[in-house]
Amino acid sequence: MEAAVFAVFAATALGSAIAVVAHRNPVYSTMSLVLTLLSTAVLFVLLGSPFLAALQVLLYTGAILVLFLFVIMLLNVGRERRLPGPVPAQTWVAGIGAVVLFGATARLLLEAQGGRTTAPLSEEFVATRSLAELLFSTYLLPFEVIALLLLVAVVAATWVARRPSADEEKTP
Amino acid sequence: MSVPVSWYLILAVALFSVGVFGALTRRSGIAIFLSIELMLNAGNLALVAYSRQLGDHAGQMVVFFALAVAAAEAAVGLALFIAIFRARRTIDVNRINLMRW
Repeated sequence: MEAAVFAVFAATALGSAIAVVAHRNPVYSTMSLVLTLLSTAVLFVLLGSPFLAALQVLLYTGAILVLFLFVIMLLNVGRERRLPGPVPAQTWVAGIGAVVLFGATARLLLEAQGGRTTAPLSEEFVATRSLAELLFSTYLLPFEVIALLLLVAVVAATWVARRPSADEEKTP
Repeated sequence: MSVPVSWYLILAVALFSVGVFGALTRRSGIAIFLSIELMLNAGNLALVAYSRQLGDHAGQMVVFFALAVAAAEAAVGLALFIAIFRARRTIDVNRINLMRW
């Protein structure tokens, strides 16, 4: 059962990830990324982390990708035009590089794994309570720093994206 | 039958490689940004998989913080795209050569 669910959602994640990269229309790319992130959320549940799965759906697909869609519509980004002529060398180099990266890293990880087995999921590991306890004890400082980071990012984003004032526009 | 953790790791590496390919070949700034999000997501998947294997919550906490940083990064990055678009009327990275030698 678990293997079947894994197979379906791993295939969906990989297929839509390829669609993200292959589509020339940015709206389609974004919607494919939504599909990838949702399948990853299902995989998070399989890995015993329902809290992160919920966060992934709410935060990533719910907030960040809506922001992407807003910006795409705001800027009216069109389809990426195909360059004239044959496939550029950059594409070949990037393709070979990606395949080599995949092969090398997968081999390294598999070797490091070396037939290690995993204990079955325990009730205590899955419970959100244990995460919450960690978050407000061991990881309290990073938690506060993240809050500050988000505040700074919001202020910076509104400042960077504002309409430039009249005298700024005269002196570029 | 339980799925071995190494399958999740292989999937994460595959997603990451697809993201790398996209970030290197796409020309629209938004598309490059989407590829970067894809790589971030692959990293999160690997962290959760290791967290499962080791039975330790540390990996999940790192993913939690990575999600928050991704939100901040998306906000600032998209604001930069809006600013660049205002100034140059395009977000095609081949035509944004302000800082190129």
